[in-house]
Amino acid sequence: MAEITILEAVNLALARALEENPDVVVFGEDVGVNGGVFRATEGLQKRYGAERVLDTPLAETMIAGMAIGMAAQGLRPVAEVQFMGFIYPTIEQMICHATRLRNRTRGRITCPMVLRAPYGGGIHAPEHHSESTEAIFAHMPGLRVVIPSSPLRAYGLLLAAIQDPDPVVFLEPKRIYRMMKQEVPDDGEALPLDVCFQLRDGADVTLVTWGAMTHETLQAAEQLAAEGISCDVLDVATIKPLDMETILNSVAKTGRCVIIHEAARTGGVGAEIAAQLAEHGLLSLFAPVQRVTGYDTIMPMFKLENDYMPSTERIITAVKKTLEEA
Amino acid sequence: MTNEEKKCIAQFEIHHTQLLNQAGELVGPLPDFAASYETLLALYRTMVQTRTFDSKAIALQRTGKMGTYSSSMGQEAVATGIGHAMRFEDVLLPTYREYAAQFQRGVAMSEILRYWGGDERGMAYANQPHDMPITVPIATHVPQCAGIAYAMKLRKEARVAVCVLGDGATSKGDFYEGINLAGAWQLPMVVVVTNNHWAISVPREVQTRAQTLAQKAIAAGIPGEQVDGNDVIAMRHVISNAIEKARSGGGPTLVEAMTYRMHDHTTADDASRYRDQSIVDEHKRLDPIDRLRKYLTANHNWDDDKEKSLHAACAAEVEVAVNDYLETPPVPPETMFDHLYETLPDALQAQRDEVEQLGKQKKGGDHHG
Ligand SMILES: Cc1ncc(C[n+]2csc(CCOP(=O)(O)OP(=O)(O)O)c2C)c(N)n1
Ligand SMILES: [Mg+2]
Repeated sequence: MAEITILEAVNLALARALEENPDVVVFGEDVGVNGGVFRATEGLQKRYGAERVLDTPLAETMIAGMAIGMAAQGLRPVAEVQFMGFIYPTIEQMICHATRLRNRTRGRITCPMVLRAPYGGGIHAPEHHSESTEAIFAHMPGLRVVIPSSPLRAYGLLLAAIQDPDPVVFLEPKRIYRMMKQEVPDDGEALPLDVCFQLRDGADVTLVTWGAMTHETLQAAEQLAAEGISCDVLDVATIKPLDMETILNSVAKTGRCVIIHEAARTGGVGAEIAAQLAEHGLLSLFAPVQRVTGYDTIMPMFKLENDYMPSTERIITAVKKTLEEA
Repeated sequence: MTNEEKKCIAQFEIHHTQLLNQAGELVGPLPDFAASYETLLALYRTMVQTRTFDSKAIALQRTGKMGTYSSSMGQEAVATGIGHAMRFEDVLLPTYREYAAQFQRGVAMSEILRYWGGDERGMAYANQPHDMPITVPIATHVPQCAGIAYAMKLRKEARVAVCVLGDGATSKGDFYEGINLAGAWQLPMVVVVTNNHWAISVPREVQTRAQTLAQKAIAAGIPGEQVDGNDVIAMRHVISNAIEKARSGGGPTLVEAMTYRMHDHTTADDASRYRDQSIVDEHKRLDPIDRLRKYLTANHNWDDDKEKSLHAACAAEVEVAVNDYLETPPVPPETMFDHLYETLPDALQAQRDEVEQLGKQKKGGDHHG
């Protein structure tokens, strides 16, 4: 079996969903003829036709709104927003409608839609193309927010998102779109949307992360292992709703926790995890929880993006700091 | 009921202006400004300068010296006309293809290069106090233009706000919201839609069924007209009329400028995936620079020597800008905190210190490593 990238796994999952379910419709700006600016939808319009794989006019509010309408009719829309920096016009549609349709109609009308967007920094992109603002969506009750970090998880989680009966925001870490390859069997198997994935087993400290930061986090764990420090690495993957059980179990084992995310620190999803650790795991902690995050600044343009994003070194420093406490 | 049986209560027409045809021949009355050789030369110079800049910017990106860049190749007449028609105290709200207007308004070429080089200092515009920086989130600046125009109106200033956006951008709600307000409040603003036929890979006819984009103005209750955006004389003329009308209290205008995107959407794009080179070649015949050159040659003794020395002068100017860009001193990383608020809140000081510290370590590391 050939090995594929995250990007190709997204494409494979979309193709599988289009193949298996005639209700699946894929659309967005430049997704049809051009196959998406990152090529996530490459070839899909040719294979499944321009009625199910569509180029929309340039309007994100419309993209989200029409997805809601389609979903309310029982279709399975998979809408793309070209970059997370342009997702903000969808917010009214998502928070006022997508997340509430089931609740407002007591289950009479539901909203099984997926809103996909590439997100995150580190690719030398222009202004507004490097944002990590997943916390905005994680704050919305009624929504699932899913972030894959490997080809296997991209495939399985995207299928799960499409099959899920409720709205899902699916954020694709574009910095690692083509960074790694894995064998991904095209078996149509979805992964669970409500568990963390353990990427590395360890006893001394729990590292909690998601998206592209899994890369630096695993690097840090590798370097720390050489110094005899063993890290339990968790990819949260579904940041909403959170699988705190896995995180709490890991922290019960290690007694220490470092949370790593690319987004700005204040009000980030790391804050929620830390709060829940304080609520439910305080007594198993030997040291204060550390966060290694983007800073509370505007995401700088690319000259400084590497100074903004957590580095392997910053993660290692934080881990060592948690280990200084008895 | 058939339409004949119904009463017609409103009728609209959209007019198109072209003054120079493809061959550079005058096909309409010559506007007063265009009688001046100096003015025509200034327009010509700006277009040539912008194209020279453009080629160089693409080369910088291709050789890894700059980030993604959006070319205005083939569209130079649009922003040249706009920039020339504006007064310095007016306000321009550009997107990412209006370099020709920005240059005329005091924005330095090196600043534009810094911007695409991933550096916020490229938006500081040392010699342009009024204009907004380049807008990337499509059409978000149209309501802002209305706000700027309202501020001018409230203060009874004889100033005008000019907003430029693309054909694709006219599909977005912000655009309609902005022009609606412009009409409702009769704001001193001009909205220019640069119809270059493409929004990345999506052709204009897939974007909307409307016959013209100018007619979108009708629903907002404002005049809309179309102009040959590759005819810099028509462009300058139509925009100037719209601006002066707005300045004298006559209200807003929407102008659709017809042009063609000759390059990829940006250097990150590969247009060969979705459009035939033959269509692009077709449009070469409409080139705005060739067109004015033909007119100048026929009417103002323009010749090869003048052409050559103009190109040399533009190349030299671009060269200076490129060197200035390449010699830009590095940005200290901690400055990412320095323009968030007027004064840095205490809560952020520790983060700034950390970035400064890490920056020093990195610099030290670089020296020794
Ligand atoms: C709100 C928003 N959505 C998507 C994008 C990505 N994007 C950048 S340019 C572009 C096409 C714009 O087309 P048009 O308005 O015709 O302007 P042109 O690029 O042709 O000058 C798109 C979709 C964006 N910048 N902003
Ligand atoms: Mg366009």
